[in-house]
Amino acid sequence: MKIGVVVFPGSNCDRDCFFAGALAGHEMRFLWHQERDLHNVDCVILPGGFSYGDYLRAGAIARFSPIIEEVIAHARRGGLVLGICNGFQVLLEAGLLPGAMLPNKSLKFVSKPVHLRVENTSTPFTRLFDRGTVIRLPIAHGLGNFYADKDTLDRLEGEGRVVFRYCDRNGNPDEAHNPNGSLNNIAGICNEEGNVLGMMPHPERASEEILGGTDGLVIFRSLLS
Amino acid sequence: MVTQSSSKLWRKMGLRDSEYELITSTLGREPNETELGLYSAMWSEHCGYKHSKAYLRLLPSQAPHVLQGPGENAGIVDIGRGVAVVLKMESHNHPSAVEPFQGAATGVGGILRDIFTMGARPICFLDSLRFGPPEDEVVKYLMAGVVSGISAYGNCVGIPTVAGEVAFHGPFKGNPLVNVMCVGIIRDPSTIARGITGEPGNVVMVVGSKTGRDGIRGAAFASEGLGSDSEKDRPSVQVGDPFTGKLLIEACLEVIEKRLVVGIQDMGAAGLISSASEMAGKSKTGMVINLDLVPRREAGMTPYEVMLSESQERMLIVARPEKVEEIREHFGRWGLDATPVGEVTDSGMLQLFDKGELVAEVPVGSLVNPPVYDPPAERPDYIPDLQELDPARVPEPQDLGKALLSILARPNIASKRWVYEQYDYSVGTDTVIGPGRSDACVMRVKHVLPGGSYFEDPDAGAAQSTLIREGPGHPELGIAVTTDCNARYCYLDPGRGAMQAVAEAARNLSMTGARPLAITDCLNFGNPEKPHVYWQFQECVKGIAHAARALSIPVVSGNVSFYNECGDGRAAVWPTPVIGMVGGLEDVSRACASAFSREGDVIILVGPESPGDLPGAGSGAELGGEIGGSEYLEMVTGEARGKPPVVDLELEGRMQALVRSLITQGKVRSAHDLSDGGLGVALAECCIPGDFGAEVVVEGHGRPDFILFGETQSRALVSAGEEELPSIYDEARRMGVPVRAIGRVKGRGSPLAVEVKTGEGLTRFEVPVSRLRDAWEGAIPSIFDDMDRGDSGGGDDGAGV
Amino acid sequence: MEWRASVKVQLKKGILDPQGKAIEGGLRRLGYKAISKVSCGKLLDITLTADSEAEARRLIDEACRRLLANPVMEDYEIEVSRA
Repeated sequence: MKIGVVVFPGSNCDRDCFFAGALAGHEMRFLWHQERDLHNVDCVILPGGFSYGDYLRAGAIARFSPIIEEVIAHARRGGLVLGICNGFQVLLEAGLLPGAMLPNKSLKFVSKPVHLRVENTSTPFTRLFDRGTVIRLPIAHGLGNFYADKDTLDRLEGEGRVVFRYCDRNGNPDEAHNPNGSLNNIAGICNEEGNVLGMMPHPERASEEILGGTDGLVIFRSLLS
Repeated sequence: MVTQSSSKLWRKMGLRDSEYELITSTLGREPNETELGLYSAMWSEHCGYKHSKAYLRLLPSQAPHVLQGPGENAGIVDIGRGVAVVLKMESHNHPSAVEPFQGAATGVGGILRDIFTMGARPICFLDSLRFGPPEDEVVKYLMAGVVSGISAYGNCVGIPTVAGEVAFHGPFKGNPLVNVMCVGIIRDPSTIARGITGEPGNVVMVVGSKTGRDGIRGAAFASEGLGSDSEKDRPSVQVGDPFTGKLLIEACLEVIEKRLVVGIQDMGAAGLISSASEMAGKSKTGMVINLDLVPRREAGMTPYEVMLSESQERMLIVARPEKVEEIREHFGRWGLDATPVGEVTDSGMLQLFDKGELVAEVPVGSLVNPPVYDPPAERPDYIPDLQELDPARVPEPQDLGKALLSILARPNIASKRWVYEQYDYSVGTDTVIGPGRSDACVMRVKHVLPGGSYFEDPDAGAAQSTLIREGPGHPELGIAVTTDCNARYCYLDPGRGAMQAVAEAARNLSMTGARPLAITDCLNFGNPEKPHVYWQFQECVKGIAHAARALSIPVVSGNVSFYNECGDGRAAVWPTPVIGMVGGLEDVSRACASAFSREGDVIILVGPESPGDLPGAGSGAELGGEIGGSEYLEMVTGEARGKPPVVDLELEGRMQALVRSLITQGKVRSAHDLSDGGLGVALAECCIPGDFGAEVVVEGHGRPDFILFGETQSRALVSAGEEELPSIYDEARRMGVPVRAIGRVKGRGSPLAVEVKTGEGLTRFEVPVSRLRDAWEGAIPSIFDDMDRGDSGGGDDGAGV
Repeated sequence: MEWRASVKVQLKKGILDPQGKAIEGGLRRLGYKAISKVSCGKLLDITLTADSEAEARRLIDEACRRLLANPVMEDYEIEVSRA
């Protein structure tokens, strides 16, 4: 698959996503934030980082960059979009996914590996997982406390659009294993069609044995057609 | 206007009368105020190293693999396969004491610029932090601020903060130490950049942020001395902008990689004056700078303020005239200014113009060569008394298991998870052994780094993707990094303490399997004009030099921070020569962590089991363990006292070589050095991560507590499969290193059981690993409990659905 | 005409406000028992040109909806005065 990684000023996981995608067998390229051309990529990755410094709200300014207009159009056409960490925040700001991100409940940046239960395996990003599998990926964010109003949350849950949930090593999504205060332990959600996925954990950081695991690589491999 | 000679303005600017006379005779006239300001900054201790230069020459800086020694923004060593590693450590103690968040954040930003200025892509940060007793409310505030400042800057620029140390001692209460280290790599050593000007006619450019009044020292002095306008409340705390810092990295690396620049220099302390004069000084050229062309954030700045501003995220670039436009384009793409402000000349003079008017003209050579002082040094009287310790009078614990739990909960020993989980340590996907997993952190060097220039070659992606997928075809290189210093040892015996810091830093690297390659040091002391402080400084430098020579590790960069003192008596901090060290691994997949990983493995103590026969051993050796200056002694008696452990550098070198060799051959599954808290703490730390128990029998003469918690050097714990034992013994014998199997790793859930056999009898204790973990992991979070109430994650805070 | 707009952005009622809670806790620890609730927001100070106050307000309101506040979680208040 041809995958484009968007580079905002302030993106800092762009190279990591490129590397992991290439390891999984994709043809990767970068997409500069001021471009209006997606260069016929099949999937767009919005990587982690601090796009435009995130001084107002995470992702708030990135959402108005020229490339994002194209990404929105691409998503509406059914094209694949994966937002990781700051990329997830951009997707929320852009309205491609519902909800918003609040500061972590601890008010501190949190960086550690966490366990996640895979709740939805029908998306193109998660099709190689078994439903209910517990995987381990690193998180690293200050604003990962997912919030949505009750109706939205009910819809997300009812439609099976919660894709990843923070849990303990046995798959129980309890409060003690919620690293940021996120509602219903939500770590990742998708849109109705399943072609847009936003997630706080970093799959690109768990794509090689020497980095401590390859659970993240499965997400990139799922994209191989 | 009052004349300078009558007002003695130079004194207020921190210059001595003799220095003023020297300036006057150099210029052949009295300097004007701007010129005096330039000298005052460049001849400050911070820029001029007036009190340290003479001694720093003692440090060995030569070796075949050294590509750049001291004198540039950072040192560089060749680690093989054409990869060069760049390293530098710097202090940001005073700014952090005043404003912990911004002080620490700008410290990170500053050290970062030192690394990419050389053309290197930064790969990690390390932080060596020292605070007062953590129960103190102000200390808590300082520590929380410093950690979040480091986290804010480092996380945003996307460079992992992977290692370092945090220590707590009374003398750092009002003057914390914040030493920040950065490591970078250069994949093509022909692109190493330096702070030089090249030929006359080259263009001088200011790039990055605009210039404001940040960090201009002493508003009182400025208004009195410089008679400027009425603005009194000038910011003197520099504010960091990590977002701009990140853009600056990318833009600078682009222009360096494309060989568009002749020279490049970070604008750090003393801003433009320092970078301009250092560049011209190194190249023996001159420079004209038109101050009105420097992009500014505020109106009405004086020439003095423009030259001295410490606004962050700025660099000085020198380029050939025909490259200027291309450089501007690169910076423009990243939304940054790149503004020509002057020209390189052959005059040997620094000439500053403001709207066409010459406002300062001084010889570059005199700015960058301040007078060097070798002030009186005197061994303080308290040393003999401090080193006095009657070990027999140290109270003996009833229960060794309880003593182990107590020492694990000491803030100096306890897990620093509360700190490092605020740092993004996994960004960059190169962190192979991250914080908390070994004595050092291990980074890998990717064979292809995607990117380079994002613009010019749109099709590079496909080719790079293929290269990445196909793999390097050889093992990936690894880089191990660490910082180390035991300030308590240095206080009790500066020379021995400094040697120990070098030995332990090297030991930390060796425990991962890495060969130590280079040192960067950060020397923190009190006021050098006090003879006992200068003595401490001399002893420490000699100690580092001695150990670095003995272990053949060059010192390639460093920083000196004097005047670390506080309180009414201006009490100095403990002498703290922090050693930052970098090592190399031929095959990063062989890197070793410190925790036990398999039930049934044999636990082997490498190095001397008992300090009894070490010549010059520290206090307590005759009773079974060197407890002079130890954490244990402080825990039991509340005192920093005694002769600290001796370092036998030859034995140290052999021991490290043995452990490295065993790791490289894949004969051991874990390796952890014995340091603060001795064997007892090391055993606990090996058990906790994997929840493995252990059954251990230690033999010695003397007191069981000294045997367990003494801090005798040159020792490590390794674990290995039983089948490897004979060959491990063989190799140890060949290399002249004592080794002895002292026990076995037990299954998950088993306790740590230790038996100490002495001539006098046998002591045995057992502690569940979960209790060891609770003590070790719980100590630091409990200090911050009341600040972190949101953390507990209880019910009523919960979701507002 | 130059106008000065002051925009107060605040989390919507009912949304968890960890910063506000932390500040509240800090004040309580300092002994301010009388303080019962703190919420934490942003204050943006904006200078702009517009023909009338109404026009200035309209512009800022639009900017709030598009960028300055996130309607999912934030409310905003605008005050406009002559610069």
